[in-house]
Amino acid sequence: MADIKTAEKNEPAKKLRFFGLGKLRPYVGRYKAIFFIMIFANIAVGVINIILPLFQKYAIDNFIKNQTVAGLPVFTVLYAALLVVSAVIDYFGAYGACKCEMFLLRDMRRTAFNHLQTLSVSYYNQNAVGKLHARVMSDTAVIGGTVAWDTYQGAWTLTYAIGAAIVMFSLNAILALCVLVIVPLVVLVSIYFQRRLTKLNREVREINSEITGGFNEGITGAAASKTLAVEDKLDAGFFARTDAMKKKGTRLGHHRALFSSVIAFAASVALALVLWYGGVITMDGVIMIGTLSVFMTYAQGIVDPISWLVEVIADLISIKVNIERFTALTTSVSDVKDTPEVIEKYGDSFNEKRENWEALHGDIEFDDVTFKYPDGEEYVLEHFDLKVPQGTNVAIVGETGAGKSTLVNLVCRFFEPTEGRILIDGKDARARSVQWLHSNIGYVLQTPHLFSGTVRENLTYGRADATDEELDAAIKSVNAEGVMARMEKGYDTVVGEGGNTLSTGEKQLLSFARAILVDPAIFILDEATSSIDTLTEKLIQGAIEKLMTGRTSFVIAHRLSTIRSADIILVVDDGKIVERGTHDELLRRRGAYFNLYMKQFKEDSITASVAKDE
Amino acid sequence: MRNKTENKKLTNAGMLGYFLKGSVHLFVLCITASMIMTFLTTVIPQIIKFTIDNVIDDQPVSGLVGTIAGAFGGVERIRDDIWLIALAIMTIAAAMLICRYCSLYFNRRANETLMRRMRNELFSHIQRLPLSWQLENNTGDIIQRCTSDADNISNFVSQQLFTLVRITMLLTLSLVFMFLTDVKLAAIATAFIPVIIGYSLVYFVRVSKRFKECDEQEGVLSTIAQENLTGVRVVRAFGKERYERDKFEKQNTYYTSLWVKLLKKMALFWVSSDFIAGIQLLFIIVIGTVFCVNGGMTAGDLVAFISYNTMMIGPVRELGRIISNLSKANVALTRIGQVMNAEEEVYGINEGKISGDIVFDNVSFEYLADKPVLRGVSFTVPQGTTLGIIGGTGSGKSTVAALMDGLYAPTGGKITIGGRDINDISPATLRNNIGLVLQEGYVYSRTVGENIALAAADGSMENVKRAASVACVDEAIESFANGYDTVVGERGVTLSGGQKQRVAIARTIIRDLPYMIFDDSLSAVDSDTDAKIRAHLKTECEGTTTVIIAHRLTTVMHADNIIVLDNGEIAESGTHAELMAKDGIYKRIYDLQMDLPDELKEEARHG
Repeated sequence: MADIKTAEKNEPAKKLRFFGLGKLRPYVGRYKAIFFIMIFANIAVGVINIILPLFQKYAIDNFIKNQTVAGLPVFTVLYAALLVVSAVIDYFGAYGACKCEMFLLRDMRRTAFNHLQTLSVSYYNQNAVGKLHARVMSDTAVIGGTVAWDTYQGAWTLTYAIGAAIVMFSLNAILALCVLVIVPLVVLVSIYFQRRLTKLNREVREINSEITGGFNEGITGAAASKTLAVEDKLDAGFFARTDAMKKKGTRLGHHRALFSSVIAFAASVALALVLWYGGVITMDGVIMIGTLSVFMTYAQGIVDPISWLVEVIADLISIKVNIERFTALTTSVSDVKDTPEVIEKYGDSFNEKRENWEALHGDIEFDDVTFKYPDGEEYVLEHFDLKVPQGTNVAIVGETGAGKSTLVNLVCRFFEPTEGRILIDGKDARARSVQWLHSNIGYVLQTPHLFSGTVRENLTYGRADATDEELDAAIKSVNAEGVMARMEKGYDTVVGEGGNTLSTGEKQLLSFARAILVDPAIFILDEATSSIDTLTEKLIQGAIEKLMTGRTSFVIAHRLSTIRSADIILVVDDGKIVERGTHDELLRRRGAYFNLYMKQFKEDSITASVAKDE
Repeated sequence: MRNKTENKKLTNAGMLGYFLKGSVHLFVLCITASMIMTFLTTVIPQIIKFTIDNVIDDQPVSGLVGTIAGAFGGVERIRDDIWLIALAIMTIAAAMLICRYCSLYFNRRANETLMRRMRNELFSHIQRLPLSWQLENNTGDIIQRCTSDADNISNFVSQQLFTLVRITMLLTLSLVFMFLTDVKLAAIATAFIPVIIGYSLVYFVRVSKRFKECDEQEGVLSTIAQENLTGVRVVRAFGKERYERDKFEKQNTYYTSLWVKLLKKMALFWVSSDFIAGIQLLFIIVIGTVFCVNGGMTAGDLVAFISYNTMMIGPVRELGRIISNLSKANVALTRIGQVMNAEEEVYGINEGKISGDIVFDNVSFEYLADKPVLRGVSFTVPQGTTLGIIGGTGSGKSTVAALMDGLYAPTGGKITIGGRDINDISPATLRNNIGLVLQEGYVYSRTVGENIALAAADGSMENVKRAASVACVDEAIESFANGYDTVVGERGVTLSGGQKQRVAIARTIIRDLPYMIFDDSLSAVDSDTDAKIRAHLKTECEGTTTVIIAHRLTTVMHADNIIVLDNGEIAESGTHAELMAKDGIYKRIYDLQMDLPDELKEEARHG
């Protein structure tokens, strides 16, 4: 959550009326009643807050002036009753605001999260996880908090300011003007400072996240820094950031202090004016002492609400960007989408109609497929044909960054072909739902992804009803008994966030077991490149072979030794398929595959000559 | 090299004192300004009272007020020129403006100074803690200590402590004036104070656990979203959208219900505490009115009394919350104390170049008692030669490298360089003579050129480019839009594993050191480039004593001597040819990695 702020400052802000609040209507609309109660409660409390000082006036001008206590009990009871009423109403208002904030937050998060589940994988390729996470967690929190509490605050503030003005004018117009003359001043000063404060606050937040990044670097890079003996240099770099922070922070402090002092001074100006003119007219008998005291209360009480009002508006302006980001997410349309007819028959992401799902046999055919990535300019496939009968092992090889994932992305319907079609068991893939296809595919990533939770929860991710015996069998079939033997609590061992308590090799083996439990008709593997020692690699190799037996499979291979037995090898270079054939055919051809293969073993020839020399 | 001279352990209070160096005088300024302001605040109701009772009404003046009125030409004169009162208020207000500004400004400045010192101290200190400390502690937790715990401490000093001082001052002054005005009424008003403080104190102590719970549950919700987004391909491939939705929904609802429950209590607290304060004011108004009617008080007295009461009651309502938060600061200090009191590595001074053979004599090492990582390892790396080390995960390869660089001290046996015990050579000397390249290839978030030049004596562009070309990373760097000025790392371009490793190699090559260790630092580089880099090293770094640790056999097989580590012991050693003849682990790994079809073996041999 910390990395959100810096990433998104340069996004364009579109013109939206009313700070984009209209976009929130569907969310706010649901809680109309609570909003109404909240606003009403705050108006009522504001009115009571206006009335209470009048009691003081009454006490001075009637009881004290006339030296009588007649009516004091009634006065007391009325006052106390008002306090009770105010407390009760305020409770509903405050509780309402709390509920509004939390319900808005909950609903927006739900909408954003659920919508993300329906977006295509290409959307995730174009948007960094950190940003998406910020949309779901932080933007919503800012919007919810601001909308609820600004409404709460705004209702009270407006009521109080207007009410105080009315009461003052009805008591004495000129004296009222003495107080109200400071209002424009307060507004102007508030606007002036709010602008600067908003900007400075943002800058301070940015430096602050840089400092957090600095700490992160100092800690995670500690070993590297030691071996390089560069501690002093890094100190200097970090100190420069904390200096910048101190400077900006102090500047922010200067503006805040000045703002707050000037506003407080404005209240004193009003008080001085009231005492001056009020004193004169009281002596002249125009108003009584109690009235004067009530004016003094308002003079000091009205400054803060006016200043708050400006703050509320500043808040609303600043959440515009959050609303835009949130709306952009929830209105983005997936580029892989089932047709209404398909959804009708097979169900959507959240409501599968499994009863209508056919079994998937495993014949796949690329029929005249042309494809380019949504953000790319070049066609990476042009009129591509490939038949993959059930049980075929397809290997895809090529240099890092050559675009080996394209075919897999198409088979998985992470992307749709630009032209042409992909047939699954002889039918266009789009004739059946994405869900149906996915539930028949076993997919193992280069960087295995586990969820926090127990080993069991992870293994049964694709099949919730698997028994321990089935888990045992799956573990055994992927050579992961050694991994399980090291787990202190067996299947109930907790693996930490992202499975981080395990090594990459261990995660890989577990993700194989997870895939095999589903018993998928199609198996897809993005082979690991990370440095796993040779013996573990051997274990993984064996597991892969078992997984592929009898299944239609696609392997993105980084080590050529893996794929010698593949039925078809596709060689990818610069995004395009340049060769296809079996291992032996391709070697004989002396083309790209041959070169690739030779490269891995060039060292061997050196070895051979070294050996000969001796 | 900077070294913290004092290595003594500090208590929580001592730690606070240590951090406060350099900001104390600012806090004193802030508190002084705040005290003057508080005093001036309490003067204003006196002027109001004087205006109401003596100027507007005709009551006689006496004492101090009379003296001051006399200075302005007496009450009569003021009555004629009532603007004098407005002027007095404006004067005081102007003084208050200055004091308020000073108090807030110096508070912020002091706080920023404190924060800077705390952050700098923590950063420098953490960098100089021994590597074993870094391994024992979780990164996230340390960052938390450096950020939120540090914030808690600064909050404690600049907000809580400051507010406590200010409230105490305000409370005392208000009470003095209130008691001077009317003892009985003041006693009644005061009676409410313990009730209000006690009520909020009990409340905040009770809900603090719930706040923590809410924070934790938000963490859980955030993790669910994070894992869902990073694992989107897994979620899709297993068709678990619905499961994920339900999981998020459940936690989202639970989290919301926790907050709503807590906020319900909060709302109840707010209004009830408002109510108590309201009742207190009602008591004062009603009883004060009775006193006025009975002649014990004047209207001016009452208005002033109410002003003091309003002035005092707000801060008093704050007190409970502040007191309940004090324990947080103590916890934060303890957590930061644990970091600051950990002992730094004794770094020593750089004694210049060293030379000679590296000798491991029966060296053992264990991170944890009775769990040896190395057992009786002995070997010699003659100056100017290359040693290759190979072995499986957990065989102790990296430990050998770490021991050579003085990152850990051997727990048994002896390591010598040029005949000198490594324990007698300062880490500063060691690390400025030995270039250890770690496997992960850490890149700092700055430009790639700066990354390479980071540890160089001569960081000229020319030198950087030379090092980059030796490490075969020059082409990759030049392909970036901004070339060597491309920002990399956390806030910039993400480099691939191989690119990172090569940048790390370039960064070490540029240092031009007599010893170099590559701890599996070519693992993510393809074998072609790997060979190229090693060929470059051979010509560019002639005479360097080199240790190469690797998984990949081809990386080490040209070394002058190769040792095979297995489970912390040397299983085999010798040249490539000798080891191949032995038919041991080395030969087995070789066969696994070099398994070629016969037809190709034939071809490969001929070129």
